[in-house]
Amino acid sequence: MDLFDLIGPVMVGPSSSHTAGAARIGQTARLLLGEEVVAADVGLHGSFAKTYHGHGTDRAIAAGLMGMAVDDTRMRHSLELAEERGIRIAFHPTQIRDAHPNTVRLSLYGEDGRTLTMEAASVGGGSIRVTKLDGMNVGFSGKENTLIIHHRDTPGEIAHVTGLLAEENMNIGAMQVYRRGTGGDALMVIELDGKPSAKVIAAIERTEGVSDVSFLERRDG
Amino acid sequence: MDHTLSEWIQLAGSGSLAQAAQRVQAETYGQAEEHVRDTMTRMWHEMTASARSGLDEGLRSVSGLTGGQAALLRRRLEAGASLAGPVLGRAEMYALATAECNACMGRIVAAPTAGACGILPGVLLAMTEGKERTEAQAVDGLFAAAAVGEAIASQSSISGAEGGCQAECGAAAAMAAAALCEMEGADAATCVHAAAFALMNLMGLVCDPVGGLVEVPCVYRNVGAVGIAFTAADMALAGIRCPVEPDEVILAMKEVGDALPSSLRETGEGGCAACPSVRARLKKQGL
Repeated sequence: MDLFDLIGPVMVGPSSSHTAGAARIGQTARLLLGEEVVAADVGLHGSFAKTYHGHGTDRAIAAGLMGMAVDDTRMRHSLELAEERGIRIAFHPTQIRDAHPNTVRLSLYGEDGRTLTMEAASVGGGSIRVTKLDGMNVGFSGKENTLIIHHRDTPGEIAHVTGLLAEENMNIGAMQVYRRGTGGDALMVIELDGKPSAKVIAAIERTEGVSDVSFLERRDG
Repeated sequence: MDHTLSEWIQLAGSGSLAQAAQRVQAETYGQAEEHVRDTMTRMWHEMTASARSGLDEGLRSVSGLTGGQAALLRRRLEAGASLAGPVLGRAEMYALATAECNACMGRIVAAPTAGACGILPGVLLAMTEGKERTEAQAVDGLFAAAAVGEAIASQSSISGAEGGCQAECGAAAAMAAAALCEMEGADAATCVHAAAFALMNLMGLVCDPVGGLVEVPCVYRNVGAVGIAFTAADMALAGIRCPVEPDEVILAMKEVGDALPSSLRETGEGGCAACPSVRARLKKQGL
């Protein structure tokens, strides 16, 4: 276990799961969208729905959506900052079946027209788990170096991408694949020991059938 | 790789628990020990900063329930009126200050969680300011604390929602007790037995936050837990050994946590959270 999960993270209070984890959910969603957020619809489930105002969960999510880290004290005024920047964020309680008690459902709209829907849970101590991405069930924490690749479900696609990583001598620690149906939209979530070069990411992006590549860099603590 | 308390004693060998923790962390992440130590020193500086900022009299939380109360303890301490004396009195003050800093959306170090973040800074600052221990000793204390925290988190839980407050303030008190022994130059076994005493003495503590907020009783429990940490460390340093095997105390704590009804595990439905006086105050605030 990382000892800096026991002494750490440095974060804005008051709750590692309701504040730090919430900020990380916002931050992860922004990175996956791949551009600045201009509007967001945020549904809060379970314990999040009941206590989000008192814990600053709304402020934390807004801060994350603007790219602030969990220890950024501007988080306290993030809702006002979002308004100043013309970012529209709507919060409302919602119910999600069989979800962890601290789950968020986000729909994001980016400045260049990209959209993203995501569900994620804050699972304790500031750690999170992304559980749904653009309608597909997934399961990753974003703590490790993570490549998220949207592609078409065709034979050889996974072999090609992992081949490109092997050529760069990149070691895969964990990998998950998802799809909406045979031949339809599919996702690869690949956790890597190291950081992939811009060159290999570009090569993956150029791969036929790949529509989008995002990379989440490993967090310390 | 996770370790039990008895594994940590073996890893320490003839060295200290702090040295073992620093070495294992460096090996696990392929980093230089110097880098790991720098990171822990940064945690210490952050803790110190949040403890100091929490002494501000004007601090108020969003709910208005807490904030500015550590300043009252400071007044008593400075007047020489603290019943607990200059060392423990200082620990009480800084524990409350850090916990209030957290409640007011200030910047803190989760140790092991945000809700229990006051206990380690409280006892460590009491030692550096009240007993003139050095920064290097405080950082060693944090490494020993982290090792104990890992043994608790991996064998039980450090989440109030899962294990009650014993898993948060209890774990933090155990970590702080180990830190105190480490700072006194004790061996790993002494640190581990101090941790076991602290955990044993807070076993069963429920998580009952009023309105679900990390404020009442959380900030006051941080103060109470520093007392438990000091008494546990004093027993272990005197050579008293916990009759229950320390790792078994952790497992017992897990069993107790599992047996707690959901109303006493961070749902804000039982215990202090169910008391009408505070509920009424929150309702007035529209929370």
